[in-house]
Order: sequence, then C-alpha cells, then structure tokens
Amino acid sequence: MENKEALVNYCLRIGDSSLVLAQRLAEWCSNGPMLEEDIALTNISLDLFGQSRMLYNYIAELNGKGETEDSIAFGRNERAFYNVLLSERPNGHFGDTIVRGLLVDAFNFHFYTQLQNSKNETLAAFAEKSLKEVTYHLRHSSEWVVRLGDGTEESKEKVQASLNDLWKYTDDLFEMNEDDIVLVADGIAIDLTAIKPLWLETVTSVVKRATLTLPENGYMHKGSRKAVHSEYLGHLLCDMQYLQRAYPDAKW
Amino acid sequence: MSDLDKFLKKIENNVKIEPKDWMPDGYRKHLQGQMSQHAHSEVIGMQPEGNWISRAPSLRAKVILLAKIQDEAGHGQYLYSAAETLGKSRDEYINELQTRKAKYSSIFNYPTLTWADMGAVGWLVDGAAIVNQVSLQKTSYGPYSRAMVRICKEESFHQRQGYEIISHMALGTPEQKEMAQDALNRTWWPSIMMFGPHDADSARSGDAMKWGIKVESNDELRQRFIDKTVQQAELIGLTIPDPDLKWNEERGSYDFGEINWDEFWAVVNGDGPCNDQRIDHHIKAHEEGRWVREAANAYAQKNN
Repeated sequence: MENKEALVNYCLRIGDSSLVLAQRLAEWCSNGPMLEEDIALTNISLDLFGQSRMLYNYIAELNGKGETEDSIAFGRNERAFYNVLLSERPNGHFGDTIVRGLLVDAFNFHFYTQLQNSKNETLAAFAEKSLKEVTYHLRHSSEWVVRLGDGTEESKEKVQASLNDLWKYTDDLFEMNEDDIVLVADGIAIDLTAIKPLWLETVTSVVKRATLTLPENGYMHKGSRKAVHSEYLGHLLCDMQYLQRAYPDAKW
Repeated sequence: MSDLDKFLKKIENNVKIEPKDWMPDGYRKHLQGQMSQHAHSEVIGMQPEGNWISRAPSLRAKVILLAKIQDEAGHGQYLYSAAETLGKSRDEYINELQTRKAKYSSIFNYPTLTWADMGAVGWLVDGAAIVNQVSLQKTSYGPYSRAMVRICKEESFHQRQGYEIISHMALGTPEQKEMAQDALNRTWWPSIMMFGPHDADSARSGDAMKWGIKVESNDELRQRFIDKTVQQAELIGLTIPDPDLKWNEERGSYDFGEINWDEFWAVVNGDGPCNDQRIDHHIKAHEEGRWVREAANAYAQKNN
C-alpha cells in the first residue's frame, strides 16, 4: 500500500480520540448525577473503547511489526498521541461533559456518515458500525443540552458557560494536514472542510432548541494533528499506562 | 381466616407475596431494610472497583471491568425499583444511606490496593454474593425473588471474570503472584464475614426464616461458599490464609478458623478503613448532581 504511513496516522487520530474520550467518560463511574447517567455515560465510554480497539488492531495489522492494541494504547508517550484536543478536556461538571459530548458527537456523526463511503473497506465497515453508536451518543448529548439549557436559571447559566469555554477547541476537529490531502485524493479520507458546515448546522439547531447562544468565534486552540496537547493528556496517560509501564514483562 | 393466617399459609405453600397483598408490618420493614441494603451494596460497590478502571492493564480488562460496574449500577437501579414496591421511594432509601441509618455490605469498606484486588473482588466477593443470591431466588417476596433471578445470571459472569484475573496473576511473574496472594490474604476473611454473624448470634434471622425471606442460614451459606472456593484457590497455587482450614471427612466439608468478629462489628459500625470515604463520595456525587436533577425536572414540567 502506497500511503500506508498516512493511513496509519489517520487511524491513530480517530482511534486516539475515541480512546482518550472513553477514558475521560469512564471517570464518571459512581460520580453521575443519577444512576441512569452512570449507566448511560458508561455505555458511551464502552462504545468508544471498542472503536479505538478496532482501529488499533487494524494499525497493528497494517504495520505488521507484532504490535497489539495494548502496545499501541499503553506504549506511546503524549507526543505520539493524535487525539483531538476536546477529547482530553477534563470532565468538569456534568454540563461541561455534556457539551464536550455534543461538540464531538456531532462531528463524529457527520464524519462517520461520510466515511462509510471510503474506498478503504476496513474504514468503511468501521464507520458503518460506529455511526450506529454515535447516533445514540449524539441523541444523548443533544437531549441533555436541551434539558440543561431550558431547565433552570442555574443550569442555563452553567451550560452556556460550558459552551463558551469549550468552543475554542472546536476548530481543532477540522484541521487537515498532508495525510488528509493524500488520502482524500485516494478516496479514503474525508474532506473535513465539507463536514464543518454540517457540524455547525447540527450544533446550532441543538443550541437553539436549548435556548442558548452560539458563542462568537474567537481565538481557536489547535495542535492535535502535530500531537501537541494540553498538560492534561500527560496525566491521563500516566494513570492509564501505569501497570503496563511498571511491569513490562507481565501478561494480564 | 385472619390476614395473618392467610399470609402464613401462602409462605407455607411457597406462594409469593406481591406488593398489594396484606403483609405484617415487621415483614415489610424487614424487607425494606434488606432490599435497600442490597441495592446500596450494589451502588457503593461501584467505588472500590471504579478505583481501577482508569488503570486497568489492558483494553480488554478495562472494558470487562467497566461493563461489570455498569451491571452493578443496573442491579442497584433494579433493586431500588423492587424496594419501592414496599411503599418507600428511592430518595428516602438514599437519604437513609447517606445519614448512615441504612447499611450496605461491609466488604466495600475495604480498599482495593492493587489490580489483583479486581480479581479477588470478582472471585470472592461476587462468589459469596452469588451463594447468597441463589438462595434468595426462593425468597417469599415476589419482586425480590424475580430481581434475584435476573441478577444471578450476570453475577456468575462476574465471578468467572474475577477468577480469570487472579488466575493470570497467580500463574504470571513472581511480582504478579505476590500481588495475587496478597489480595487473597486481605480479602478472604472479610468475604466470609459477608454472610453475617453465626446463626446463634444473628438477632433478626428468626423472623426472616419464619417469613420465608431467608431460606438458608448464615452458617449454611458460609460453609457452601468455603467448600467451593478452597479448591479454586488450590488450582492456581494460592494459599487460603487460614491455618485451621482442614477437610473434615465426617462432615464432608471444610473446618475453618475463628472469624474475627471484633473486626466485623467495627466495620459494620463505621470504623472500617473506607466507611467515611464511601459515604462522603456518595454524598459528594449526589450533591454535585443536584442542579442537573433539578434542571431535568424543571424541563419535564415545562414540556409535559
């Protein structure tokens, strides 16, 4: 395969974003506002872990160097992780988590809708399966944004602040680099500039239903395509990778 | 025939008592206590296992653990609903938990210190819970009995998954084996205490047996658990930390050493290593979620 390296990088980006967000959502376990939400957030987390595992296994197969899903997840440092910046944002309060969810889920929904048509059969099948899952994720986050936005004065104020805070990480979702250019030309990857208006339309309609205000576009943080992250990621990885790092010879 | 006679007749004939049936006040109170304690145990039990989700050593182990804890949340939800049929709301039950009027299984007041504890908890704690819950499938209150049938199916998976974790470690590197034995050493005695005091010292057991809430005694259930677990430990080369443990040919069961009841009562009465931590954690999550629940209620009222 000619553009194997670009394809591997592309899969890492998707897989890492799922993994890091899954790890974040799992932190809600026993901390949800009600048991039903512990269960719902765990469901989403489990779906995302599943997605990352599929892509890591595919990467291992593409590289053919004896890697495993675990060596890929637990063996890399923060400067080799390509997850989008939103995925590593701390959970904050429930409203922060829900808004982060909406922004990522809306992206994933449109991204996987289009990736189903990828000429790479593995990615197309992966997208088809993932779309079913993220459709539910998007419904979950949208309904909660509406409830919180149109709930009480307090919840409206909180969730509006979450939206304003997280907005500055949204352009990072749509960054494209040389890998995208090569793979888009081959019909494998998705042109993210075409996704952006669809994403904005979905987010805008939820924000409107929630009686919230769409933030102004100010300064936008980027960097995930170059694996340049916030300080939060290193701590998340420390925690996640501790046993594999401490006992490299052990099988679990 | 009086209401009480009709009630006792049903118990005698193994006819389940249903929410709208007449029942003695003591029966209702006993069940409210036992079922809510069971529900609280599922929910508080999410904390010691949740302690290791972020650090699970493989992605497979992580999703198995996460799914297991999710099952427990589901069991809690299901048991609260069943307990609500006795005329008390989930909010009231939760309030009793947070004000320490209600108990939960004391085993969750011990810390999970290493990954091997995820094995020991699944193997021993879920293993002990299953023995108890299989017996409770025959309990006289319909909603509780049906909840147990459903829950037992999932618990047996959990027990196997826990045993798999501890087996891998017991048969792994020397460090892993040490962690596995250490986890067994710490979890063994608390897990056999899970069955409660000896029958002779169990104050509330009498009524519960008479009413068919309990169908087997604490000591019978404890013995069954020990008998099935000893061999599982031997199979993977771990040693049960009880020098008095010995096969008794005559009884066809294992004899075992004296349980430290001082420790048991200290933990039940709030002085275990994690009692404060578990309740504080529950209260904190509950308080932090208050504005979310209020918003959901306000939204539902505006839109119904």
